[in-house]
Amino acid sequence: MMEWLNIILQGVLVGGLYAMFAAGLSLIFGVMRLVNIAHGDLIVLAAYVALVVTTGLGINPLVSLLVVVPLMALIGYALQRGILNQTLGPDLLPPLLVTFGLSVIIQNGLLELFTADSRKLQAGAIEVSSINLGGGLAIGTLPLIQFIVAIAVIAALQLIFYRTALGRAFRATSDEPAVAQLVGLDNRHVFALAMALSLAVVAIAGVFLAVRANFDPAIGPARLIFGFEAVIMGGLGSMWGTLAGGIILGVAQAIGAQIDPGWQLLAGHIAFLIVLAIRPEGLFPKVQG
Amino acid sequence: MSAFRVEHATRSSRIGLVVFAVLLAVLAAAPLWGGRQDLRLLAEIYAYVALASLWNLLAGYAGLVSVGQQAYVGLGAYVLFGLTIVAGVHPLIAIPIAGLLGAIVAIPVAALMFRLRGHYFAIGTWVVAEVFRLLASQISALGGGSGISLPIGIVTSIGSRQEREFIIYWLALAILVAVLVAIFVLLRSRYGLALTAIRDNELAARSNGVDVTRVKLVVYVMTALGTALVGALIFLQKLRISPDTAFSVNDWTAFVIFITVIGGIGRVEGPIIGTIVFFILRQTLADLGSLYLLMLGVVAIAIMLKAPKGIWGLVADRFGWQLLPLERRLTMADPAGSGAKARPSGQG
Repeated sequence: MMEWLNIILQGVLVGGLYAMFAAGLSLIFGVMRLVNIAHGDLIVLAAYVALVVTTGLGINPLVSLLVVVPLMALIGYALQRGILNQTLGPDLLPPLLVTFGLSVIIQNGLLELFTADSRKLQAGAIEVSSINLGGGLAIGTLPLIQFIVAIAVIAALQLIFYRTALGRAFRATSDEPAVAQLVGLDNRHVFALAMALSLAVVAIAGVFLAVRANFDPAIGPARLIFGFEAVIMGGLGSMWGTLAGGIILGVAQAIGAQIDPGWQLLAGHIAFLIVLAIRPEGLFPKVQG
Repeated sequence: MSAFRVEHATRSSRIGLVVFAVLLAVLAAAPLWGGRQDLRLLAEIYAYVALASLWNLLAGYAGLVSVGQQAYVGLGAYVLFGLTIVAGVHPLIAIPIAGLLGAIVAIPVAALMFRLRGHYFAIGTWVVAEVFRLLASQISALGGGSGISLPIGIVTSIGSRQEREFIIYWLALAILVAVLVAIFVLLRSRYGLALTAIRDNELAARSNGVDVTRVKLVVYVMTALGTALVGALIFLQKLRISPDTAFSVNDWTAFVIFITVIGGIGRVEGPIIGTIVFFILRQTLADLGSLYLLMLGVVAIAIMLKAPKGIWGLVADRFGWQLLPLERRLTMADPAGSGAKARPSGQG
């Protein structure tokens, strides 16, 4: 019994990471109806940027966030202004194919620069320390920090979206891009800011991913899929829903892994397919469109 | 008496058909003039033309942008290996069964995936491919995660080495021709008109009474059938299977998408042109490894942004050419008999 409780607890904590994968994806879909197929590869790119920063400056990965987050945000802004804005329109194909091309470019670029060897960021003593909850239950300090950060990120996004001028601009361009432009918003700039914010979240997710486990240039697509599953399970357009979706995915994977190591990923996908079959709008869909 | 009739053929398409017929005859005779390497390369080219044509039908016409077609390549391949190794079926009988199973599996998959709107459909198909890959690596009878080779007894049951090479070559050509003919017939039928309408404006098609979901389902299932057939054939030629190669997103989806985009999406000629370009690039640049893929990605993005209709789109717009008689032109019957032609309604 205690063993299972422990497994579920670990699954919940991992779910926080998945929620961060999902939040960036959900944000840009909400603002500009763009599904970024390169999202997972950008997470991996952030991990490599953190690798370069930590080894170059000799700082702790968590401190490197101070550099990686603004850098990724800048990349996001430039990417949107330079390329992705041109793909937006009524046609679905261009954004999908361009971000798909981007995904292949990032993967092979990283492969060329860093080889296929798997890497990991070292965060020091914090990696092995844990908090004992008694009764055989313990949670790692790092997973706990990661989970708290995930909640903070989602709360911050929620706050930005509904309480700030920037969020108002996001919602306005999302609802009526033409009218938003009429009242003086520059959509291209607004979209680029949304992508910058999305990649700032990606940067945080990338660093935590890199501290938690090994990474190599090829693991991006799987992160995209985890984020996507969390978005759909949580319900489109709902930020807190992505947290719920992430947790369900994390718990399903943890339970699957306990049954048979080969079933870890499969269990997560099956949970997603079940939700899609019985509740295609997700568990916590946004009430008003 | 009807006041008009619909014409499909143009001068360029009549020339195109003759060229196709001559080309087919030359290619069918390849075992007479080509060496072993030529046959292998040609068979690989046929497989890519077929895969790209099917993806083009799916994404370019039906608007179903799938990045998970490797699901059906791998499924077809695994059905072939499973039926021959576990059930002792003759490989040439297993191939059509693989196609059929691909179509059958596609129905429940479509029921689930069609719940995802537009963009999210793309990633959903990727999840399905991942599920198939993970399931395949659980099949211990087929080597689990590390895969298995086709036992020598099954390989020789097709024939001697040379017979085998010829048979696989002709099979590849036959499957390609079957795929192209099926797409051609589909596009010339009522479904083709509906598909062209959906391609140009889905909302307008729906409001004119096109049953969009039904048309999309037909295309999705047909594409799965063809893709599974091609997958089975590819791995009959490779003689070895593993979950990672059979369900490779790079080999069976990324390349296919780049081929279609470069050649011209939403046109039947596009994938053919794209495959030729792709193989010329590959023969000259393949040594570059991952840089080659990176360059393909750059080229595909540049084309998508600057010339979204691809190479064939540029040619067709500039010269008004079409290689296959798919356009629909209205010819008005007028009393003077001088048949005034209406503007073409866009290539079908």
